[in-house]
Amino acid sequence: MIELDKIRNFSIVAHIDHGKSTLADRLIQSTNTVADRDMKAQLLDSMDIERERGITIKANTVRIDYKADDGNTYVLNLIDTPGHVDFAYEVSRSMRAVEGSLLVVDSTQGVEAQTLANVYQAIEADHEIVPVLNKIDLPATDCERVAEQIEDVIGIDASNALRVSAKSGIGIKETLEAIVHRLPAPKGDRDAALQAMLVDSWYDSYLGVVVLVRIMHGVLKKNDRIKMMSNGTVHQVERIGVFRPQMEKVDELGPGEIGFITASIKQVRDTRVGDTITHEKKGSTIALPGFKPSQPVVFCGLFPVDSAEFEDLRDAIEKLALNDASFSFEMETSAALGFGFRCGFLGLLHLEVIRDRIEREYNIELITTAPSVIYHIYMRSGEMIELHNPADMPDLSKVDHLEEPRIKATIMVPDDYLGDVLKLCQDRRGMQMDLTYAGSRAMAVYDLPLNEVVFDFYDRLKSVTKGYASFDYQMMGYREDSLVKMSILVNDEPVDALSTMVHRDRAEMRGRAMCEKLKDLIPRHMFKIPIQAAIGGKVIARETLAALRKDVTAKCYGGDASRKRKLLDKQKAGKKKMRQFGKVDIPQEAFISALKMDN
Amino acid sequence: MAEDWKQGGFGLYIHWPFCEAKCPYCDFNSHVSKNIDQKQWLKSYISELDRTAALTQGRVLNSIFFGGGTPSLMAPETVKAILDKVQTLWPQANDMEITLEANPSSVEAGRFKGFHQAGVNRVSMGIQALNDDDLRRLGRIHTVQDAMTAFDIARHEFDRVSFDLIYARQDQTLDQWQSELRQALSMAIDHLSLYQLTIEQGTAFGDRYNRGRLRGLPSDDTAADMYLATQDICAEFDMPAYEVSNHAKIGSESRHNLIYWRYGDYIGIGPGAHGRLTLDGQRHATESHLQPNVWLDAVRNGTGDSSVVPVDPVDQGAEYLLMGMRINQGISLSRYAAITGQHIGTSVLSELQDLGMIVVDQDNLKTTLQGRSILNAILDKLLLDQ
Repeated sequence: MIELDKIRNFSIVAHIDHGKSTLADRLIQSTNTVADRDMKAQLLDSMDIERERGITIKANTVRIDYKADDGNTYVLNLIDTPGHVDFAYEVSRSMRAVEGSLLVVDSTQGVEAQTLANVYQAIEADHEIVPVLNKIDLPATDCERVAEQIEDVIGIDASNALRVSAKSGIGIKETLEAIVHRLPAPKGDRDAALQAMLVDSWYDSYLGVVVLVRIMHGVLKKNDRIKMMSNGTVHQVERIGVFRPQMEKVDELGPGEIGFITASIKQVRDTRVGDTITHEKKGSTIALPGFKPSQPVVFCGLFPVDSAEFEDLRDAIEKLALNDASFSFEMETSAALGFGFRCGFLGLLHLEVIRDRIEREYNIELITTAPSVIYHIYMRSGEMIELHNPADMPDLSKVDHLEEPRIKATIMVPDDYLGDVLKLCQDRRGMQMDLTYAGSRAMAVYDLPLNEVVFDFYDRLKSVTKGYASFDYQMMGYREDSLVKMSILVNDEPVDALSTMVHRDRAEMRGRAMCEKLKDLIPRHMFKIPIQAAIGGKVIARETLAALRKDVTAKCYGGDASRKRKLLDKQKAGKKKMRQFGKVDIPQEAFISALKMDN
Repeated sequence: MAEDWKQGGFGLYIHWPFCEAKCPYCDFNSHVSKNIDQKQWLKSYISELDRTAALTQGRVLNSIFFGGGTPSLMAPETVKAILDKVQTLWPQANDMEITLEANPSSVEAGRFKGFHQAGVNRVSMGIQALNDDDLRRLGRIHTVQDAMTAFDIARHEFDRVSFDLIYARQDQTLDQWQSELRQALSMAIDHLSLYQLTIEQGTAFGDRYNRGRLRGLPSDDTAADMYLATQDICAEFDMPAYEVSNHAKIGSESRHNLIYWRYGDYIGIGPGAHGRLTLDGQRHATESHLQPNVWLDAVRNGTGDSSVVPVDPVDQGAEYLLMGMRINQGISLSRYAAITGQHIGTSVLSELQDLGMIVVDQDNLKTTLQGRSILNAILDKLLLDQ
């Protein structure tokens, strides 16, 4: 049994690249939680994609035993949370399981948009927050300025911010002491009925569903029969333990503790994050305040390049969905792309991560169609339809009006680039809500249509600011606007996978840009190919791809037969990666590249 | 099936791998060497002739072709000894064609008489351009004057003389090419090979091109215009195209090259030479060792071939198509079906026919002029489902 006052539960809040994972590594290493020989960088990021991209996707947990200067040994539970806006939902629920946060800010960079978003969640969860200025060993470090910025922008006291270099191991001891002395101990009653918060759950191929819990009151032991309060299902606890960060069995988990259980649960979907777990008998009758479930906001079609791999794709998607309740999918048929799935994601990074995992872990090459958002279509009949795919747009004569989702976007940028950022937001139909300065950095807050952001907004933002801008957003609800479905016709046939919803005023411009792009992306054929953009029956832009005139090999004699045949075989393999549409072969990359805007 | 090669004939290709200098556009297997032991080379060729004759006993030989490299650098005695040996090994067609590729330099022109006496009855000269600046840019070591002199000697010595030109060269305009071509046609005897300059990887031009340093190449559209103009002008001079890049008076087509395009059998001897040989009813692709010294050693140990692999029916079909569709007469659909065991789809045939790219006349499939210009795209279509 661990005394409540010897427990500290905390998370680390930081912007990407500000050193969150490195700091976690140092805390784990300096307390000998992991033997040096087992230590690897970004220890808590277990997925390849997490390590490669330097991001955390799933929340991870580690229990650290720390012998403090006061002579006591404390149990420190760290929940490492994702830093990206797409996974904000995971952040918010992790925050609810702990009492304090370390706010890590790169002392050479300052506060970024994602720092803000996450720190506000920590404030909302009533956390005690300890600011940590990281990377103080770099020449560009400016602790005074960054501390001032934290006070100005976030509004918390940074006068006793810790000064750390996680990379060089400076200030680690001080950080551990601050966790013990500056963060509050958890509260809880060991003798009360069990109330455990279901923080997260995932599928493990050996253990089945693993459930991460935070005990609020009572004690949870092996073989206990537990009840999920949301649906009343009962399970028997098979394993109970903590993460160090690998699984380690314990006899029990008491108030304030964070650990895992397994209980023969088959699917992640059978567990509801935010649910309250209690005992079947003599359990608590009061549920903890739950979390609101996450909703997919971005949709796109995933199709196998090789249509024979459709079943493999189904299998891969089902397996990934087992472990990711925020990822939704349904079968989709496209005239251009054949059978595939319409999938819903929390955001673009989530989309990319899922797509990468399917391609890498399941070795299936994918065609990804243009991401779309959910439009609300109000029919003349009074009915409201949710439109996930522009191809399904109903007949306009039956439509009264359309509403689209809007976001509140927060962009922080050095003021040298502010003009470009404002222009970008303007071009994307943004409305300025706020513009403030903190030192030489500006913070612009915009009301933007989500459909202008889902595709390449972040890429454009990075490119116009040379990577110096940071960006975060929150959903803001729906608003009516003049939106139309723009179809693309290649050789006079509509290509459903290239249909997009656009604002009426921007349709001509987008149409022209798409036709020009497609003209470059589609190889020349034996005949000339008209490429048109149309709204309803009206063509609004047109390009013509000239016919192929000459490609014959000049010399082909006895010694060339083998080489030439192999060349044709290679072309044949390349052809397989194209999608035949009518008589036209469209390369798979065209379905995404055609939508990228250069401004 | 087993005797399919008979429909294309039977030829012998002999590769001489040496050149005076390497041309920047050439991706053939050629080497520059000052010390060539002609006796040793002759011995090796003879050994290879013996070996391959044993495999193809009794077949009637339709043609012999000395290619390279620069086979006009061979001593006429070497050529004679080879041809004498060939006479003892295979029965020969009455109208047997014996071609030798020659550089139009004075030194080599001096050997033309000797080649003729050895039995060569046709030369193919690498003239390449009719202006000295362009010859220099193409890395040729002869001048236009050298070429004219050599050409005169050749036509005095041989009834059949062909020469090569390269067009769509750097900074060449359509007008320039048209007048150069007319000049060439006015001196041509019975055959011309007109190649559009192709930038091959692994050549000096290829490297320069990759580095963006090969400037002034005509645009694709200009090159296509040049190709069409070439067809028109040659027809005007009674030298119509019988293959993508080859033009001849009727009856003066290269019989040897037609064996390739009709997908006959051919023996390939010499470094890097390829062959197609039907052995026990199965067509094989043969390839010889590329490096001259490696090849010499290999021959000493029994065979110059580095690989002999059976060609499966689908690949044979592809080769038949890609070779056969280059010539005016096209291919036989039934022969294609006999080789591969499957027919070319009727839907793809009618699609290509509707586009005016091919002509299907009963058993015969051939390209139109428009179709021939984009043969690769047509082959793609024809082979996609095979």
